Amino acid sequence: MNILFLLIIIPVLTIIGILFTRDNKQVRVVSAIGMTFQLITAAVIILWFLAERNAGNTAEILFASNYVWYETLNIHFYIGVDGISVAMIGLTAMVIFAGIFASWQVEDLPREFFITLILLSAGVFGFFISLDLFTMFLFYEIAVIPMYLLIGIWGSGPRHYSAMKLTLMLMGGSALILVGLLGLYFNSNPDGGPLTFEILEIAKVQIPINVQLFFFPFLFIGFGVLGALFPFHTWSPDGHASAPTAVSMLHAGVLMKLGGYGCYRVAVFLLPEAAHEMAWIFLILTTISVIYGALGAVWQKDLKYINAYSSVSHCGLVLFAILMFNETAMNGAIMQMISHGIMTALFFALIGMIYGRTHTRYVNEMSGLMKVMPFLAVAYVIGGLASLGLPGFSGFVAEMTIFVGAFQHADTFHRVATIIAASSIVATAVYILRVVGMMLLGKINKPEYEMITDAKWYERLSAGSLIFGITAIGIAPLWLSNMITKGLVPIMEKLLAMN
Amino acid sequence: MLILIMRHELLLVLITVILLLVEIFLPADRKQKIILPAIILFGIVMILGFLPGPTGTLFGGMYITTSLTLLMKNILTVGAFIVLLQSVDWLKKEENKDKISEYFLLLFSTLIGMEYMLSSGDFLMFYLGLELATIPVAALAAFERFKEKSAEAGVKLIFISALSSGILLYGISMIYGTTGTLYFDGVVNGIDGAPLQILAFIFFFAGMAFKISIVPFHLWTADVYEGAPVNITSYLSVISKGAAVMIFTILLFTVFSKITALWEDVVYITAILTMTIGNLFALRQQNLKRFLAFSSIAQAGFIFLGIIGQSQLGMTTVIYFVLVYVFSNLGAFGVVSVIANRTGKENIDDYDGLYRTNPLLSLTMMLALFSLAGIPPVAGFFGKFFLFTAAAEKGLYILVLIAVLNTIIALYYYLLVVKAMFLNRNDMPIEHFKSDGYSRLGLALCVAGIVIIGIYSPVYEFINQLTFGIN
Repeated sequence: MNILFLLIIIPVLTIIGILFTRDNKQVRVVSAIGMTFQLITAAVIILWFLAERNAGNTAEILFASNYVWYETLNIHFYIGVDGISVAMIGLTAMVIFAGIFASWQVEDLPREFFITLILLSAGVFGFFISLDLFTMFLFYEIAVIPMYLLIGIWGSGPRHYSAMKLTLMLMGGSALILVGLLGLYFNSNPDGGPLTFEILEIAKVQIPINVQLFFFPFLFIGFGVLGALFPFHTWSPDGHASAPTAVSMLHAGVLMKLGGYGCYRVAVFLLPEAAHEMAWIFLILTTISVIYGALGAVWQKDLKYINAYSSVSHCGLVLFAILMFNETAMNGAIMQMISHGIMTALFFALIGMIYGRTHTRYVNEMSGLMKVMPFLAVAYVIGGLASLGLPGFSGFVAEMTIFVGAFQHADTFHRVATIIAASSIVATAVYILRVVGMMLLGKINKPEYEMITDAKWYERLSAGSLIFGITAIGIAPLWLSNMITKGLVPIMEKLLAMN
Repeated sequence: MLILIMRHELLLVLITVILLLVEIFLPADRKQKIILPAIILFGIVMILGFLPGPTGTLFGGMYITTSLTLLMKNILTVGAFIVLLQSVDWLKKEENKDKISEYFLLLFSTLIGMEYMLSSGDFLMFYLGLELATIPVAALAAFERFKEKSAEAGVKLIFISALSSGILLYGISMIYGTTGTLYFDGVVNGIDGAPLQILAFIFFFAGMAFKISIVPFHLWTADVYEGAPVNITSYLSVISKGAAVMIFTILLFTVFSKITALWEDVVYITAILTMTIGNLFALRQQNLKRFLAFSSIAQAGFIFLGIIGQSQLGMTTVIYFVLVYVFSNLGAFGVVSVIANRTGKENIDDYDGLYRTNPLLSLTMMLALFSLAGIPPVAGFFGKFFLFTAAAEKGLYILVLIAVLNTIIALYYYLLVVKAMFLNRNDMPIEHFKSDGYSRLGLALCVAGIVIIGIYSPVYEFINQLTFGIN
């Protein structure tokens, strides 16, 4: 049996297991066991994948399984992974694992909470392993819809509004994607043979340039909505701020990466000529995303809003790098997805834990927390340093690669865009250091904060696993970037053939 | 055996007569006893319908049975069976106790009418079937005649039916006048796009548009749906509508296949109008029956996307979508019916906090609404996706874009109901209750259909085999 099936089966089994639990404790234990297995499976997949590659297996896709689903329309259930999807699987497994422990204290309808959360993760896993556009789209929507319930039921603040806004905007994006997918499908076989949704088959077809130009915006904007492309990012701050901790983690950490991954794997890979033609429009938009997100974060006082805007900025950088069309930048884009995924999940987890203790998320209402909760404070500092790109952490590796790649374009337009985007690092440093300074250092400003206890074991586990990820990538990035580079070969061939 | 060709209709006539006879001899205080036998008999008819049987023509081509018509009839009987299950609780109410068998008789008659309509080989049979399918429904809509709204619904429905039948007949008469025949086979060859035939087609289209409630012929729908008892509303919006949509599609694909250029534009425009206006009106509804009425208008607009494809893919998808729609809409109506029977509440904000008291009902409702909205992995997603595919096959990407944007509007109002059930808190929610066994069986069938039909692709492939060569 294909090991990738486990990525879908384990969540489903976990959900069934949760249905048979009796109390909160059992729900948590079952979820934790399930997602631990999921993490182990993901680790095995990564190691196995690397072993296969080392053994000289150069097939484009490993662990492939292809079944006919709807024969008439030639829809297949086709799964398989390359270096990039393997990396994304690892990220997802890590974030959902940490997410389960970060939501250890959900009291209201815990069973439903964990079921919906795990269902969402199943959708994400399915998306990353799909090689057929139809199943990919199906899993995409499975990953989006549970957000509505998760934010709406367990969220805080204006949760009803945020949940509805987020769901409708993301589904609006998926509506655009749908039109784009149908366009790809009906142009997938110009010689009149059977049409197909298979990504690898469509990639071999030379789609006429006017068709490409028509459908590229649908796909890129459609996925871009989820990747927080300016001006379609407005769901993100509201959504993240209202969502419960684990959902923010999963959403910023993984779900937004679906957008970047889709832009890369579907829009740019399948419609390269149009991507090349129209890149300048989207480059401007992504540059705005990057700088606007960073400046937005500077202005915010609410921890979650700060992090949400920072996510807009970092995810904008992903799309920015994809549009550079060279190997270095694309490599950086994927690295950035992984790095930001873990980092932002860590941030949201910590924010949830801090909020649980201080009952406020406003930076200016907290002070001197380092003294009472050293573990959480140090973890926050580590996340912050990774976010502003300090060497030794994952953020540095990713952003450095992106900017080096982007700067390889010698023309003024790309250079200017790169410089503007790179200046966001300064803004990042401002908002990170400001939060650290105001919230963690200084004197304790309220007497009740003296009573605060440091992280519990499950919180340590949650944050610790993510910190491990950040530093592991920061210290030893080569295995990851090698894996990604090999995965980039097909798209680079297409892009080079074009010039 | 020639008689087996007509077995669906004959069996239904048989059980109708049996029920009529039993009704005569049943003492007044034991009328309720007829419910279970009636349902069992109908269940047997339903199962017999699935057995393989002969196909062919009768009465010199007036009556045609093909594998496709058999399938369509089976879809309708399954739907009607679920409606019956859902109405038991309501029939047992005190005020309905003296007219239980009438309910079955009227409902079976309409079903017989629809089956003749689906099997028709000429316009006369088609019209007879259509009338038989319509008139008893008006009586059913006025079933709770002591309620003003129900009586009003019945009267409205009969007037609208008469009007639309008149328009339809006028169109048919002009078709007869220009082609000299009523047989579909003959009419196909006679239609060449002459001005009078175009007029005839417009009358025919308008008449059918009333029945399917296509914008701008939809105005009767909301009032009738709101006034009629819930189960009749669900019957009207699912079974009646499904039957009319299917025969309409077949007629467009076969009889009017020579003037596709003409009806393509008409369908294009009405599809956009129907989706958009249906959706926009649904946004503001508080009463769930009205809400579902407008949502079902919008759904009809989506079905037109499959029709406009004019391909085998389109035909297959229309029938597939009707099948999906039967289960999804009956699921939603089933929940509304159960709650309305128990508590008399049918407004969206009455459902606030329903999940915390009645989790299973809420989950069923959510599943049904998601299927109507087209959210994976439930069946509605596949139906909608294939409808869009059918329209995209013709290159109508703008239409597809309008349609997908409409699904977002639709998602918004479906989520409003989900929001009420799951998100909203309520100090006095509908209390926990255990619904009756029949309703639960009906809802379970709906849930099974919603979940299985999409993921299990042989259903679609099976329909696709039957639609081969229809256009």
